[in-house]
Amino acid sequence: MPTRIPLHRGIWISSLLVLLCLFAVTRVSAEGSETVSFEAALIDLSDPSFAVKQAAVDVIAASGDPRAAALLQALAAGQLYVRDADRALVLVSPSAGDYRLRDALDGSELGEASRREVKKIAINNRMRTQLRTAIAALTLASPDPAVRLRAAQQMLGDPNPLVIQAIRDQLEEEENRQVRDYLTLSLALADLQDPATEIRLRGIDRLSGSLYPAARNGLNRLLSAETDPEVRDAAERARTHIERMRSLNEAAETLFFGLSLGSVLVLAAIGLAITFGVMGVINMAHGELIMIGAYTTYLVQQAMPHWIDYSLFVAIPAAFIVAGLMGILIERTVIRFLYGRPLETLLATFGISLILQQLVRTTISAQNVAVQNPSWMSGSLQINPALALTYSRLYILIFALLVFFALLVILKRTALGLQVRAVAQNRAMARSMGVRSGRVDALTFGLGAGVAGVAGVALSQLTNVGPNMGQAYIIDSFMVVVFGGVGNLWGTLVAGLTLGVANKLMEPWAGAVLAKILVLVFIILFIQKRPRGLFPQRGRAADG
Amino acid sequence: MVLGRLLRDDRGGQAMLAVLLLVAVLVPILNLVVPEGNPWHVSTYTVTLLGKYLTYALLAVAVDLVWGYLGILSLGHAAFFGLGGYAMGMYLMRQIGDRGVYGHPVLPDFMVFLNWTELPWFWQGFDMFWFAVLMAILVPGVLAFVFGYLAFRSRVTGVYLSIMTQALTYALMLAFFRNEMGFGGNNGLTDFKDILGFDLTNDTTRIGLFLASALTLALGYLACRFIVTSRLGRVAVAIRDAEARTRFIGYRVDHVKLAIFTFSAMLAGIAGALYVPQVGIINPGEFSPLNSIELVIWVAIGGRATLYGAVIGAVLVNYGKTYFTGAFPEAWLFALGALFVLVTLFLPKGIAGLFSQAVTWWRVRRPRERTARVTP
Amino acid sequence: MNPAARKPVEQLRESMRRDRQWRFMYSTLDLELDVSQGVILYLEGLHVSFDGFKAINDLNFYVNAGELRCVIGPNGAGKTTMMDIITGKTRPDGGTASFGRSIDLLQLSEPEIAALGIGRKFQKPTVFESHTVFQNLELAMAGDKRVFPTLFARLTGEQRDRIHEVLTTIGLQELLDQDAGALSHGQKQWLEIGMLLMQDPQLLLVDEPVAGMTHQEMDRTAELLLSLEGRHSVVVVEHDMDFVRSIAKRVTVLHQGAVLAEGSMDEVQNDPRVIEVYLGE
Repeated sequence: MPTRIPLHRGIWISSLLVLLCLFAVTRVSAEGSETVSFEAALIDLSDPSFAVKQAAVDVIAASGDPRAAALLQALAAGQLYVRDADRALVLVSPSAGDYRLRDALDGSELGEASRREVKKIAINNRMRTQLRTAIAALTLASPDPAVRLRAAQQMLGDPNPLVIQAIRDQLEEEENRQVRDYLTLSLALADLQDPATEIRLRGIDRLSGSLYPAARNGLNRLLSAETDPEVRDAAERARTHIERMRSLNEAAETLFFGLSLGSVLVLAAIGLAITFGVMGVINMAHGELIMIGAYTTYLVQQAMPHWIDYSLFVAIPAAFIVAGLMGILIERTVIRFLYGRPLETLLATFGISLILQQLVRTTISAQNVAVQNPSWMSGSLQINPALALTYSRLYILIFALLVFFALLVILKRTALGLQVRAVAQNRAMARSMGVRSGRVDALTFGLGAGVAGVAGVALSQLTNVGPNMGQAYIIDSFMVVVFGGVGNLWGTLVAGLTLGVANKLMEPWAGAVLAKILVLVFIILFIQKRPRGLFPQRGRAADG
Repeated sequence: MVLGRLLRDDRGGQAMLAVLLLVAVLVPILNLVVPEGNPWHVSTYTVTLLGKYLTYALLAVAVDLVWGYLGILSLGHAAFFGLGGYAMGMYLMRQIGDRGVYGHPVLPDFMVFLNWTELPWFWQGFDMFWFAVLMAILVPGVLAFVFGYLAFRSRVTGVYLSIMTQALTYALMLAFFRNEMGFGGNNGLTDFKDILGFDLTNDTTRIGLFLASALTLALGYLACRFIVTSRLGRVAVAIRDAEARTRFIGYRVDHVKLAIFTFSAMLAGIAGALYVPQVGIINPGEFSPLNSIELVIWVAIGGRATLYGAVIGAVLVNYGKTYFTGAFPEAWLFALGALFVLVTLFLPKGIAGLFSQAVTWWRVRRPRERTARVTP
Repeated sequence: MNPAARKPVEQLRESMRRDRQWRFMYSTLDLELDVSQGVILYLEGLHVSFDGFKAINDLNFYVNAGELRCVIGPNGAGKTTMMDIITGKTRPDGGTASFGRSIDLLQLSEPEIAALGIGRKFQKPTVFESHTVFQNLELAMAGDKRVFPTLFARLTGEQRDRIHEVLTTIGLQELLDQDAGALSHGQKQWLEIGMLLMQDPQLLLVDEPVAGMTHQEMDRTAELLLSLEGRHSVVVVEHDMDFVRSIAKRVTVLHQGAVLAEGSMDEVQNDPRVIEVYLGE
C-alpha cells in the first residue's frame, strides 16, 4: 500500500510516534535500526510481562511499518497468538475444534494446529487503551477515506491528549465531509470531559443539533455527573435540541418510507388508472400483468447472468412489450366482447388471472424465484447521521414519477392519447369521426398492461417474485384508483402517495397489518362519503 | 298451498327440490342401512362431501338473490359465510372443554399457546348452541346492514360496490390472520370434538348434519322464492334494470337493497355455520379473494336470477373441483379460469338458460311435428 | 349538486327569510297540497350552474292546477334541468321551488317528491323491461312503498280494476302479459305515461313524449295527453312544433335558462324574440 502522507502531517505524526518511542525507550533498551526494533518488538510481544508488551506496542506503532496497524488491530481483537514451536506470531481463526493459522505479518496460510500448539497473547485494560490510541493514530493517517472514517469513529470522544492532537491536525487536512464530521464530533465530545467549565460549554455548543447518537450519549453521560448548573442547563437545552432534530429526521424518514410505499402503490395502480380509469374496464388480471413483468425481469437476468447491473435496462422495455402484448391478447380475445358489461368483465378477467398464475406455476415454478438486485441499487444515500435513504427505494420512487409523467405526456400530448380520450368520452362520436375504436381499445389496454409489466420490473426489486404476487396488489391498486377518482391520473398519483404515507404513519402504533386494515376501512368509508373519489370528474356528463 | 304459490312457474325449482328430497331420503339409507362393501353403499366421506356441497348451494342461492335479482355483485359473501362459520367454530371450540392438547378447562388450545389467561369478552356465551347460531346469523347480518346502509345510501353501485365488498373481505382476511384477534390466527379453529353432545366423527352425526343442510337449503330456497315472487322481488328486479326509474316511482331503493342484502348475508352466515362442523375447520383462507369471486361463478354457471340454477352451479363446480384436484391438481385452476371466461362469454344465462332454451325449442318443435303429420 | 354545495352565506340568508318557515318547524308527513290560488307549481328566481355554465338563470315559472302546459326551447335552454330541479334530482344554487303554496320541493328527496304526486316521464323511455306491462303498472301504483308492506303486498280487486282502467287509457289492454322489453318504442312511451298515471299524480312532467314516434303514434299520444287535462296538471317538454300546436293551449319558451316568452301558440310564434332565437341571429 503506497503511503503518501503530506509533509507537515507526517511531521506531526512522526513526532507523536517519537514521543511514544521515548516512553518505550525509558522502559526497555532501545534497539539500533528501526527494522531491528520492529522485529525485536515482535518478539517482545510474546513476553509474559505486560510492561514489556506495552513497550513493544509503542515500538511497533512508531516503526512506520505498513503492517503495524493490522498487527495491532489483531492484537486488540484478541486474534494474535504465538506458535510454541517457533515463537512465530500467527493470526488464529477457530475451525472445527482446531485453529486455522495465518502468518501475522504477510497473512499467508499456515494450515491448522491444535489448541495446545499456540498461545494467545494476553492484553490488559491499560494495553487496550494504549492499543486503541496507537491504532487510531496509525489509521487516521491512512489515504483511504473509509479507513480514516472507521478510525475517526473508533476514537469518538477519546479524551487522550495525544489522540486529540492527532484529530485536530487531521481536521485541518481532511476533505472527506463525513470524516470531518466525526472528527469535529470527537473533539466536542472530548471537550465535555474537560475540567474547565467554558471548554465544557464550548463542547455542548458544538454538539447542539448534532444527529450522531454519540452526541446524545455524550450529553447524557455529562448530565449524569455534571454539577455546574450553567453547564447542566446548556446541556439540557442542547439535548432537547438534538431530540427535536432527531424526531424531525425520524418524521422525514417515515415520510420517505411512506412515499416509497406510495410509489409502489402508484406503480401498481397506474396501469389500472388507464384500463379502469380511462377505459372503464375492470381488469382483475392486472396483478398478473405485474407478475408477468417481474418474471420477465427474472428471465432477462437468467439470459444475461454476467450483466446483472444492466439487466434492468433490458428488462424494462422487455416487460413493457411482453405484458403489453399479453394485454392486447386479453383485450382482443375476451374483453372486447364484454364492453358495457363491467360485472362480467370482472369475472372473465379474474378467470384469466387464475390461468396466468397457473401458467407460471406449471412452466416456471410454484416457488418464488430469486431476482437479483443490480449493485447500483444496493446501499443507501446518507443524508445525515440520522437519515439514510435506501437507493433501491429512492430509484423506485423516481422511476414511479417518471412512468407517471411519461403516461401523462402520452395521454395529453400524443395522437394516441387524444384518440383514447375521445373514445373514453364518446365512443360513437369518436367512431363517426374516423377513430378506429377497436384499435384504440386494444392499444390503450396494451398500454395499461405494458405499464403494469414495467411496474413488475420495479416491484421485483423490492418484493418476492412468485405466482401469487399479483394477488397482493390487485385490491390495493383498485383502492388507489377508486380513492383518487376514476379517470384522473393525478388523482391516482396523489391517492397512491397519500395512502402510502398514511400506512407508514400508522405502522408504529398499529403494526403493519392493522395499519393496512385501517387504511382499507378508511377508504371504504371515504367512498361512501365521496363516491367519486378525491378528484371526481365533474359536470353534467358525470352527473348520471 | 303457500308452497304451490311459491313454486308455480318454477319447474327448475320443483325439479331441484324433488331431487333434493330424493337425495335426503336415499343417502341416509344407503349410508346407514346398506352394509359397507355393497356397491350401493354410500361412504360417510361422500355424505360429508354432499353435505358440504349443500351448504355451498345455500351460499350460492344467497349470492344469486342479490346478484341475480338485485344486480349487486357482492364479493363479500365469502366473508359473511366465513363469519357464520367462525361463530359456529367458536361454539365447537368451547365444546372441546378440557380435551384439548393443553387440557385447559375453558381456554382453547391456541389461547393457551399464546399465554392468554382468560377468555376474551367476545368468546363469552359461545358455549351455548343457540347463542352461537344466533351470532352466526346476526354478525353477518349486522356487518351487511352497516356496510349496506353506508354504501346504498351514498349510491355506491356496480363495480364500485363489488370492489368495496372485495376490500371489506380482504380487510377481514388480514384481520383474522392476526393472532391478536383471538380467532386462532393462521390456523383458524379446528380439532372439533362434538356438537350438541354428538360425536362429530360418528356416522349418524354426519347424517344429521347432512339432513340439516338439506332442510336448511330447502327452507332457504323457499324463503328466497317468497321474496322474488313478491312485489318486493319485482321491485328488486326493477332496481336491477332501471334503478333511477324505480326511485322516481317512489320506492326507497336504498331500503330495498339494504333489506335484501342483509337477508342474503344472514343466509350466507347460516350456510357457513352448517359448513364448519362438516369440514371440521375454519380459517382465514375462507375470506380469500379467490373464494369470494369463485362463488359468484357458481351462480353464473348455474344461471343468474333462477335460484335453482345457483344450486346446480354450486354442486357442479364443487364436484368438478373435488374430481379435478384429486385427478389433475395442476389442471384445476386452468379449468376454473377457463370456466370464468367461457361462461361469461358464451353462456350468459348459465345452465338454467340452456334448459329453458331447450324447453322452448322443444315446445316450438312439437306443434310443428304435429302439423307435419296432419298435412300429408 | 347537493345542498351542501350552496354557499353557506346564501344558505343562512335563505333560512332567515321572513316569509319562510324553518324546515324543522313543519313536519314532512302531513304536507298538504295547497292550490287555493289555482297555481300548483311555483318556480321563482332559480339558478343552477355546472362548472360555470349557467344552465338555469333566474327562472320564474308557474303552472296552474289542471293545466296542460307545453315548454319549448332550443337545446341547452334548461328544459331538462328544470325538470331535474322539480323532481329533486338536481339542487339549485339559489331560488325557490314549491308545490302548491306550502310545500318546499328543495327540501325533499326524489322519492318524497314522487310520493307527493309529481310524476316524471323521461326523455328516453325507461320501463322495466323484464316485467310484463301489467307488472310495470302494478309497481308504479300508488300505495305504501316501504319494504315490508311491499314484501307482503297483494293486489285487491279494486287495484286490479284501476290497473285495467289505465291499461285502457294508454291502449295496451291486449298486451298486459307481454314483457315490456318487447314493446315498440311508442308503446313504451305510453306505458311510461300509464305508470305515471298509476301514481295518481297531481302534476305530470312529460319530457319529449313523441321523439322517434310515427305520425299515428303521435296522434294517439296527443289524444292521450289531452284526455288527462283537467284531472291532472301536465307539463310537456317537446321539440316537435306540430305536436305542440296540436295539444297546446299555453306555451312557455325557455332560452338560456330563463323564460323568453309565454302565451298561446300563435302569440309565441309571432314573438320577434322567439323567432330570432329559433331562426338564428
